[in-house]
Parts: sequence; C-alpha cells; structure tokens
Amino acid sequence: MAKTQKTHVTMKVNGAEVEGLVEPRTLLVHFIRENLQLTGTHIGCETTHCGACTVDIDGMSVKSCTMFAVQAAGSEITTIEGVANADGSLSALQEGFRMMHGLQCGFCTPGMILRAQRLLQENPSPTEAEIRMGISGNICRCTGYQNIVKAIQYAAAKINGVEFQEAAE
Amino acid sequence: MNDMTPTREQREAKLEGMGCKRKRVEDARFTQGKGNYVDDLKLPGMLHGDFVRSPHAHARVKSINGDEALKVPGVLAVITAETLKTVNLAWMPTLAGDVQMVLADGKVLFQNQEVAFVVATDRYAADDGINKVQVEYEPLPVVIDPFKAMDADAPVLREDLAGKTTGAHGPRKHHNHIFEWTVGDKDLTDAAFKKADVTIKEMISYHRTHPSPLETCQCVCSFDKIKGELSIWGTFQAPHVIRTVVALIAKIPEHKIHVISPDVGGGFGNKVGAYPGYICAAVASIVTGKPVKWVEDRIENLTATSFARDYHMTTEIASTKDGKVTGLRVHVLADHGAFDACADPSKWPAGFFNIVTGSYDFPVAHLSVDGIYTNKAPGGVAYRCSFRVTEAAYCIERGMDILAQKLGMDPAELRLKNFIKKEQFPYHSALGWEYDSGDYHTAMRKMMESVDYAGLRKEQAAKRLAFKRGETREIMGLGVSFFTEIVGAGPSKNCDILGIAMFDSCEIRLHPTGAGIARVGTKSTGQGHETTWAQIIATEIGIPADDIMVEEGNTDTAPYGLGTYGSRSTPVAGAAIAMAARKIKAKAQMIAAYKLEVHEDDLEWDIDGFRVKGLPEKTMSMKDICWAAYNSVPPGMEPGLEAVSYYDPPNMTYPFGAYICVMNIDVDTGVYKIRRFYALDDCGTRINPMIIEGQVHGGLTEAFAIAMGQEIRYDPEGNVVTGSFMDFFMPTAVETPHWETDFTVTPSPHHPIGAKGVGESPNVGGVPAFSNAVNDAFSFLGSTHIQMPHDYWRNWKAAKSLGVFA
Repeated sequence: MAKTQKTHVTMKVNGAEVEGLVEPRTLLVHFIRENLQLTGTHIGCETTHCGACTVDIDGMSVKSCTMFAVQAAGSEITTIEGVANADGSLSALQEGFRMMHGLQCGFCTPGMILRAQRLLQENPSPTEAEIRMGISGNICRCTGYQNIVKAIQYAAAKINGVEFQEAAE
Repeated sequence: MNDMTPTREQREAKLEGMGCKRKRVEDARFTQGKGNYVDDLKLPGMLHGDFVRSPHAHARVKSINGDEALKVPGVLAVITAETLKTVNLAWMPTLAGDVQMVLADGKVLFQNQEVAFVVATDRYAADDGINKVQVEYEPLPVVIDPFKAMDADAPVLREDLAGKTTGAHGPRKHHNHIFEWTVGDKDLTDAAFKKADVTIKEMISYHRTHPSPLETCQCVCSFDKIKGELSIWGTFQAPHVIRTVVALIAKIPEHKIHVISPDVGGGFGNKVGAYPGYICAAVASIVTGKPVKWVEDRIENLTATSFARDYHMTTEIASTKDGKVTGLRVHVLADHGAFDACADPSKWPAGFFNIVTGSYDFPVAHLSVDGIYTNKAPGGVAYRCSFRVTEAAYCIERGMDILAQKLGMDPAELRLKNFIKKEQFPYHSALGWEYDSGDYHTAMRKMMESVDYAGLRKEQAAKRLAFKRGETREIMGLGVSFFTEIVGAGPSKNCDILGIAMFDSCEIRLHPTGAGIARVGTKSTGQGHETTWAQIIATEIGIPADDIMVEEGNTDTAPYGLGTYGSRSTPVAGAAIAMAARKIKAKAQMIAAYKLEVHEDDLEWDIDGFRVKGLPEKTMSMKDICWAAYNSVPPGMEPGLEAVSYYDPPNMTYPFGAYICVMNIDVDTGVYKIRRFYALDDCGTRINPMIIEGQVHGGLTEAFAIAMGQEIRYDPEGNVVTGSFMDFFMPTAVETPHWETDFTVTPSPHHPIGAKGVGESPNVGGVPAFSNAVNDAFSFLGSTHIQMPHDYWRNWKAAKSLGVFA
C-alpha cells in the first residue's frame, strides 16, 4: 500500500487562519483535535449520533466526525475554544451551564454549548420544547437534560436582556 | 465590634460548606474546552494501537497472519496471544477470580473479542493494518440462551477449565457453570411457603444492557526503559486498584508504576475493570519503547468492554391473606458471558444481591444464584448502582406489585403494611445485612401526598372503565417503587478487591496563609468531587471551600483509595475527609490554646475558628491558626498542619427513596407518554443539594433508558444486534421526561457526617418505577408481568397478546 498523497487545506478557526496537510480521508474532528491541538471538541461515537464533536461551520451546527477536513477547506469554524467573550469572560451560555448545573462529566458540554449557541441564533427565544428538539442531536449521559434546558433558558434571557425566570418544578 | 465585622450568617456563607448549593469549580475548564481527558494527551513519538476483533461468537482460531499488515505504511507491530505469552500476559486475572484472554488464545468466545493488536504511527494506519491481518476461524456451536447453557449436551465454552470442578466461589455443577451462591435459611423459608395463605411466583428478567459513558474506555501507556517505569494515563474509576493489578500481573515494582486518571467523561461502572486494551497498550509500549495510545470506538465499547445486568430472577413471595409478607425465595440465573469479569468485591460473586428483601420486614428468605458462561461479552459491571443492587430492587419491587395484584390490594398500601418500621433500625435482614437507618413510612406518605396518589388511582379507575366501554384506546399506569440501596463498600470485615480492604482515604495539607490541598483516593467521573469534598472540609475546619484545592486520580500523590463506584465515594471517602479534617482541627485547637493562653478545654469551635468559652471576643480564626502552625507552635509540637485518614467504614449505608411514575400508553401503537415522574430520595445528610438533584436527574434518565428500551441484544448466532447508537437506545432531550425531585433526611448513625451517597439511587429506584407503571397499566387486562425493556413495539405486542385488538 502506497503512502497516501496529502492535501493542503486552509480554513478560519476561531477567527484565526490555519492550515495543514491532511489525507483525503482525515476527519475534520481529527484535524481540529490533532493538527490544531484544539482538544475541546470531543468524540463519543462514530455514527453521528452523540454530538460531542459538534462545531459551528459557516453558520451551521456540524458534527465534525462526519465531515472530512478537505470538505471544510475555506470555511469559517467556531469550536468551544472560540466561544468565550472577547475579554476572556464566560459567554452567556457558558455561564448558564455553570449557574444551572448543566454539566457533570463535561464530555458532551463543548458540543452542547456549540449547538445551543447556534440554536439561540436561529431562535432567540425558544420554548422548552423547541430547546429540547433543538439539542436532540446531542447526547448527554449525566444530566438528564433538565438543567441543560435551564442553562439555555438562562443564556437566552441574558442575551435578550430579560430577567431569567427559573421554571417551577 | 464595629460595622465591618461579618455576621455569623456571613461567615457561614463565606465558607460554602455542607448544605450549600455551591457552583462547581470543575465547570470553568469544562465549559471552555479545557478539560483534560485521556484522548487529549499527545506525547512525543506516540503510537496508536487498535484491535483485530472476532466476527464470530464462538470459533477456533486456526491461524493469525500479520505479514501483510506489517507491509502497510506506518504499521510497526502486530501483537497476538503468542507475543503476550512471552511476557506471560496472554491471559489476565479478573476481579471475580476468573481468568480472561487478553488476546484470543486458540479460540474466541464472543463476538468482537480481541484477537490481535496492531500498533502504528497513527490511528488511521492502525486501522489499515487491522484490515490486512488474516485470521482463519473455524466456527463452533454458539450458546446465547442462558437457559440452554446448562443443558447436558451444551457446547463446552471454557476449554481452559476442563476438569476443574471448583471455581473461585466453590463447586461448579456443569462445564458452563461458574458458581452457585446461596444465602438465607432454606428450611425455614420452605416452611413459610408451605404455611402461606397466598404465594406468587414469577420469572422476572433484567435484560443485558451497557453503561456507555459518552467517553469510551481509553489509555496511554508509556514505558521508560532507562528507569524501568511505566506510566499509564487512563479512564479509570479506581486508579490505585489498576496500579496494584498491573504490579501483580506485569511484575513491575508498584512504585515504578504511575497511574493517572485525568478528567474522565463519565463512568457508570464501565471504567472499574481492567480491559485487554490496557494490557496491550502497556505491552506495546514496552516492546516499541514508545508511548502507545488505545482508544476504543463506540461499537467496541458496547460490544466488548463489559456489560451490565443479564439476571433472570425466579421470584416467589409468601404472604398472609391480608397482605403481610412471610417469606421470600429467589433463584437467579446470572449470565456472565464468556469470562467471569464481574466487578464486585471479591467475596461477593453476585454482589450485594442479598439486599433483595428490600424495604420490607421479611421474617425469612432464601436466595440462590447460579452464574453461567455463554458466548457473550464478559463484564457484569454495576451500571450506576451498587453491586447487583438494581437487579435486587427490580426483583422485589416487581414482586411486591405482583403480590398486590394477586391480593387485590393497592401496591402502595401493601408496601406501607410491610415496611421495616422506623423503630426497628438498626434492622437485621433475613439475608444478613444490618440496615443503618430509615424512615420509610414518612417518605412513602410524603410521596403519596405530593402527587395526590388517591386522586391518580381514581383517575385510573375511571380511565379503565372508559377503555372497557370503548371510549378510549389509552391506558394509564402508576408505577410505585420504594427502594433501599446498600452502598459504601465497604467494611474490611466483608469487602475487599483482590485482597485489598475497601477503605478510602484523604490527606489534607493546609498552607501558611490559610489555603490548602486535599488529596482523596476516589476519582470523580462527573460527580463534582472537586466541589463537594471541599465543602465537607469547609464545614469541618472553617476554611472557605474556595481555598481548598481537591486533587484525585494520581497514584503518586493521592493516598491509596479504592476509587469511585457503587456510590462509595461519599460513604467511605467522604468519611475519610471528615476524619482527616478532625485530626487537623484537634491540632489546631492545641495551637489556638497556646496562642490564646488558655487550656484547650476552655475553647469551643465557632464556624471558622476557636473562641474562649464565655469570652466570645477572644478568638483565633483557622486562617490565623494556619499561619501559627508554620511560625509559632507550642514547645515540643512539630510545625505544619496536615493530616491523613484511612477510613474503614463500620457498616454500609442504606439510602432509600419513594418514586412514582405516571404513564399513559396507547394500546394501538404501544406509544407511551410519561406524564409525571416524582422521586423522593433520602441520602442522609446532604452535602450539595444542587449536585444531588443533578445526580438524581441523571440516574433517572439512565433508568428511563434501561426500562424503556436500552438493551444489548444478541441474535441466536451471537451477533450483537444493538451494537451502536443507531440501535442502542440512548435518550435525547426529546424523549427524556421532566423530573420532579424531593427529599427527606435520615442521617446515617455511623457516618461521621451522616451522609449516605446518592448517585445510584435514582437508577436503582427508577427502573422498577417505570416497569411497574407499564405493568400496572396493562394489569387490568389480565397480565401479571411483562418483561423489560418496554419499548413501543413490545408494548404493542403486550397489548396484542392481551386481546385488545379482538
């Protein structure tokens, strides 16, 4: 078996131009994690079910385990490392997850936050049902989702400048 | 005092001690993608290893040829059982006293068993290599049905055990038999059944499933040839146990093995055991002289790296005609798969299944468990439960509902009638446990009032009449569950793992400026120990939780502990933390007495320091004591302020709870709707209510998954048909119901802070609540027991078998 030819790719990740040599079969998630050393994006399955690898590509939530790095050439990507506010403080969603105990082991959290961030851009004031449907491509094994829903509601309220009303049980 | 002096409330609040909904310290890194999980580790020159796995469930391995694989660019080695034999590691001991093939030695015994380990420069090259390894198999007859495994003519699975009539747990009755374990008084129990007015008997199965944490099992092994030291970073729930096991089997001195569990992405029991991947990565590193990473994928995780449950429980209850239980008899057929790799304390082949008398005052009981081999993956881990406790809770909670149905009694009323009473604690159960504390009646009644149980029963009665009149096709079920857990393994008198007593430990070191570090023998896999352990210390010694760093998971720095599983962290390590803190407090008191020029006995503790009795203005804060400990200790006293405690618990703890699930099922489609789920937990003293609630939500969600569809299922040829997230039910936010949580507090009398542990209770109590709801819904149509999991299809089948489509 001959050594596979590598392709030069460039893309914009978290605002910075990056480049690398990849095999055509290199998955985007491996390029992000291993070439770029941005290890906040995780891998939890290989069938596009769990969403731990979710990143934002050109305004869409994408599971980066199901896209080749070469397919992402020229695109603009946000990973969890690019989510915090410019001054380094936690974004509304990051703060919401902490305040509402929306995470436990932390493994699904980066993908969940990336997905929620896009969801709130698509729908700034989602209902609980819309949040649940909106994050249904992301699996969490620890929290039972209830506090993740609250975390997203907390962030939506903060972004919209309204007071967060925690739903009564 | 001036206006700037903080009030007592302010001083207490500043500590963020026990009872406070303290926000987690872990979250800063996890929300910013700065967690440090095993697969994030990249060492210079690191190689990747991956497995060739068996497509067959039972086959002879005629030959393995790695020549073509070695021609693949990047592939450096193909390791087989023959390679491992040179270092005596082709087989490894299991925690249950059996042995397990690390790589196929002559035959394979389950689908996806590890056959060869390909080592390459990156994970893609390793995968290329796997595809080029040629393995010749000769398929053998397969045993999947556990009820057929003990047939006289069943195929012999474990040829390595030929002629061995005794195993680690006594005599073997058959070539596929592992052990028989019996507890209780058989004669008295049989007599109780003879005298009984009413008896029930039902075969209640708890299907095979899998813990499936979002991060799979993985490790990086790095052997330093010069120093002769092996470093292992791995997804370990019990790093010290891994170090000892490696020392015993790899013959490397234990001080030259460094085991590090970094952040772990969920465990749920999956990451307690030792798996072939760890051994192979270690051997590969020794062979190549380079660090080797092994990361399993999801299919490998589901199909090969442990399983949970697979208990088939023939359950009999004897009772008087007015519903007082008089005897319990249970026989379990336990399907352990190809190797007995149960992760139980060594003397407990069926874990603590003898908690099966549950929350009820059974005068007599008898239990026997037969463990057997089949052509399925090994494991038998405690998936979010103490050892086999969820099986036991399911068995008795289903059994009580079946008895209620036969007696024509309400299931809640039957439970109230038979509960162990508050004044009976400490209570000695018929199967040998000493329950520490409980107030079951209060918890049950609180649950019933909170959900208007009587009102729900009325609604159900009306719905049943409407169904019979043909006005609705929806049926309604109330699933009541009242569980007693047994956690906190455990006392050295009856709990060990490979001979190591199951204590746990904490070392606290306070620094001169009043901050400190606590190192603990447990390992959080999401429970938030970095947050909660500091809260215990804050309350005990008055140093704010924010000023205590908690560290776990590094065997070089943490004191020896048995790790995190079976809800043992709070009952065992939580106690060690409090005891270590109290040692510090005792020394602090001596220092304070010296500095305040009074006798020690004249001091009393006050939130964050000592004060002189009767002279409240004469105080010394813990912060100031820390400084003094490094600067002006009493003559003859060693400087410094640190302590270590190894805590051997005198007893287990017994958390309990009352759950109810309200469910509607459409009989024409089998589609269910969970209308309400209320969970009342009593875990004794509550350290962080926010974290407790989060643990309950998570455990209930896993219970929901298991009861309503999550299953590792095999076809008759031994193919796993639920081997990926495509088929293995993993609830999303859409399916997962809304959870209502509640609590009572009955402290453990023997635990230093009265805490009992909670992480697994919701799984233990949740599964029977869901299953009882489904069974309760169908019961008026004439069914007594429908096996889990209760997915739409099976609900539809149940409806069909009950004639509702006639």
